[in-house]
Amino acid sequence: MSERVNVTKKQTAPVAEAKAQAALPALGPKGMLRWAWTQLTSMRTALFLLLLLAVAAVPGSLFPQRPANPANVTQYIKDHPDYGKLLDSLQLYDVYSSVWFSAIYLLLFISLIGCVVPRAIAHFKAMRSQPPRTPQRLSRLPEYGTLVIPSSAGIPASDAINNAAGLLRKRGYRVEVRDADGALPSLGAERGFMKEVGNLVFHTSLIGVLVSVAAGGLFGYSGQRILVEGDTFVNTLVGYDQFNPGTNFQSSQLQPYSLQLNKFNITFDRESKGKFGQPIDFAATVTTKENPDAPPKQEILKVNDPVSLGGTSIYLTGNGYAPVVTIRDGAGNVAMQGPVVAKLQGENYYSSVVIKVPDARPDQLGFVGFFLPTAFVTDKNVSFSADPELFNPQLTLNSYYGNLGLDTGAPQNVFELDVKNLTPLNARNLAAGGITLAPGSTYTLPDGKGSISFDGVKRYIGVDIHHNPGQVSALVFALLAVAGLILSLYVNRRRVWVRTGTAADGRTMVEYGLLARGEDHRLAGEAAAVRNLFSTEWQLPDGDAEGPAAEGQVAEATAGSQQTPSRTGDNVAGSVDKAAGSAENAEGSIPTPAGPTGPEKDQ
Amino acid sequence: MPFGINETMGQYSELFMLLAAGTYTVAFIAFAWDLAKSSKALRAVDLKAAQAGVAAKVPAVAGVGAGAPGARLDGPADRAERPSSSAAKAAGAGTGGVMTADGDMKYAERRVPARVAVALTTLAVLIHGAGVVTRALGAGRVPWGNMYEFLTTGAFLVAAVFLLSLIRRDLRFLGTFVVGLVIIMLVAASVAFWTPVGHLVPALQSYWLVIHVSIAVLSSALFTLTFAMSALQLVQSYRQKTVAAGGADKLGFMRLVPSALSLENLSYRINAIAFIGWTFTLMFGAIWAEKAWGRFWGWDTKEVWTFVIWVVYAGYLHARATRGWTGTRAAWLSIVGYLCVIFNFTIVNTFFNGLHSYSGL
Repeated sequence: MSERVNVTKKQTAPVAEAKAQAALPALGPKGMLRWAWTQLTSMRTALFLLLLLAVAAVPGSLFPQRPANPANVTQYIKDHPDYGKLLDSLQLYDVYSSVWFSAIYLLLFISLIGCVVPRAIAHFKAMRSQPPRTPQRLSRLPEYGTLVIPSSAGIPASDAINNAAGLLRKRGYRVEVRDADGALPSLGAERGFMKEVGNLVFHTSLIGVLVSVAAGGLFGYSGQRILVEGDTFVNTLVGYDQFNPGTNFQSSQLQPYSLQLNKFNITFDRESKGKFGQPIDFAATVTTKENPDAPPKQEILKVNDPVSLGGTSIYLTGNGYAPVVTIRDGAGNVAMQGPVVAKLQGENYYSSVVIKVPDARPDQLGFVGFFLPTAFVTDKNVSFSADPELFNPQLTLNSYYGNLGLDTGAPQNVFELDVKNLTPLNARNLAAGGITLAPGSTYTLPDGKGSISFDGVKRYIGVDIHHNPGQVSALVFALLAVAGLILSLYVNRRRVWVRTGTAADGRTMVEYGLLARGEDHRLAGEAAAVRNLFSTEWQLPDGDAEGPAAEGQVAEATAGSQQTPSRTGDNVAGSVDKAAGSAENAEGSIPTPAGPTGPEKDQ
Repeated sequence: MPFGINETMGQYSELFMLLAAGTYTVAFIAFAWDLAKSSKALRAVDLKAAQAGVAAKVPAVAGVGAGAPGARLDGPADRAERPSSSAAKAAGAGTGGVMTADGDMKYAERRVPARVAVALTTLAVLIHGAGVVTRALGAGRVPWGNMYEFLTTGAFLVAAVFLLSLIRRDLRFLGTFVVGLVIIMLVAASVAFWTPVGHLVPALQSYWLVIHVSIAVLSSALFTLTFAMSALQLVQSYRQKTVAAGGADKLGFMRLVPSALSLENLSYRINAIAFIGWTFTLMFGAIWAEKAWGRFWGWDTKEVWTFVIWVVYAGYLHARATRGWTGTRAAWLSIVGYLCVIFNFTIVNTFFNGLHSYSGL
């Protein structure tokens, strides 16, 4: 927005009064409050808060943030024992919900409301009132010109003013003609009320955006789920791997739709040299059902192309490999069979694998290791994955037996195995060595603890499920804000005054002046356009009464008819001023009775 | 993928970029020559005028209506109270030669080196444009999928916007600044951020890449111009104060540059356009984020900095309407905003981890 100019605000009595009181030494509690309110809603404070908001937002990009990734925060505190905790107590890991950040934006919005409401009231009044009275000295206005209608044209002063009024009305001005039948009829015209309307809409819409975001936080929810090919997700609380409810979330909000992952395809770049093997397309074929009884529907879920279902949107956010294993225990029974989600660790889907087999008897089994889609071993005996696709899939594992500690009910991370209370069975440094499996192969664990078979590989996807009831209104308000912004920056609020009179020799003298409210670099263009309109209407030759000399002459003639001799000198002085390019005729200095006409600034 | 990779095109593109950089360098020299030569010529004119005892008149007079020549009165009302504008008045009225450009940035005399420089810049922009187009053809998509492409395309837009603005207004005094920045951008692109032609990662495969990023590049190009103007405004304002206080005019080359107030007004107008562009960048980014990641705003590092830039320029627009914050302070805000733009592009893209880590490095 171009200016949060408190023109009108300054004119409202209570505020002006409060300002007057602010200078007094003793204010009393009420006066203090008023003073505080005036301070808070002043332009300077708003600007200060705005810049403070920019500064306050920065730490959120410097330190890991809990809402984005809580694990990173824990790690950061661990890595920086000297000041990690201190930063936490300053809420630097939750910047955008911190007390200080909230304080800044809430104060800013209160200040904004305190500014917008009085301005809206004032503007509403301004839109319904007539243009300000015609100033005494139009020549003092930033744009001023005169025209002379020869007496032969037969257009008296009153007709001329009515003509001018008609022309200005057509141009979108609101016009009031004053003293039409008097000796010196004049008109006041104003246009561009949409500038302030846009300004107000912009700021009000920002409040709307804030409220929408808050509503999303209250009534929305989001969650994550990992789906291996063949898996089905049902939208109930137990269906989620992780669930983040909004403050006012109720489980009845969840519509029990289902989504099954049939197949997940990745296209890799096999063309360019620099990005060889980089994934260039992810496509998940899914079957969805709006509710348990609804007919199934095939859909493709892609990055940048979410699936909408039951008031939520489902996004493809991650993927990886899930090696399928069969584990038999010491008793020869199948203790576990199925895909194991491998967590991405490095280049080319180099992934870590943790398998926990609590059902194995007599001892529970645990496996930790890596899955490589295209396994290679370097000279130094380090395994790595040379390609993201399954050209040489390999599972390398260490194994353990003992009590996994799952029976105590304490929550455990499925991607980590605590080996503290376990006995190693297989590892590189043990006699039995590590386990290396290719698809279709089986390894028999030492000491008759059982066996593990690597049956094949499936893919998995990670999906985010979001429901945000505030986002549509946030978008609407954002669009309104932009529309308001454009109006406030590009509509120009202008005033035109025209005065006509009859010279002693019967010529009709016309003078006009233009004034802009706020910045308006096209005011000169508007003056030229208005002049052109008048000249055409009265069929005056181009360039008539142009230039300071002509102005002086016309002024003299008009002044003579007005019988106000002092104005002659003023007029001439005004034109001389202008010729010298002086800044003296700044708008603020014009003695318009209707109050300050220039862009007054709030202090 | 709709189109394949064409490595030959990519190589042509790099050749064009190299040629463009070379041409820009010559244009840069020509612009610098213009500044040096014109200031020398102006000094001679001043001397002559002083000897003749005739105060040189301010050149062009606004044509229509009763328009005031010299400093136009379309700014905030308090400008008359500002030191910069009173200095401008004093300087302009005094010798007439201190300020050679009027408020509309019209110059009385022909400047041959500047003409050569503009011609060379036009040639460079054409070659540069060929480089951008061949890059797009080589990659089979829009040429702003990584930092190398963002920089080369951005530099092209900066130069093109500069040339286009010359049609409306004589901003040739900005030439050294703008062309210098373009050269820096091209060098940075090929030295620090070079990436061969390649496909887009799936996260970038969206029509929003075309909308969101193109507006971001365009706004950044406009911010680049206003940055140059604001920096010159500060120097000019300092010079005007010095001259008005009777000090020696040590910055003779600044004679070609319009008054601080004209610079401020013009950079305000361009900043207003760029601010709207940046608002769209932010909004379209949010819409895309909703499509790609499921939330329209998540305080990702890039989002944070885009927001910070938006707030700083919003502050700039407000400052222009706040007493005591116009002029130099507003110029500083504009400069700070641009530094944030640079920070957002370089440091945030390369050193901060976030969802926008698509630098292609």
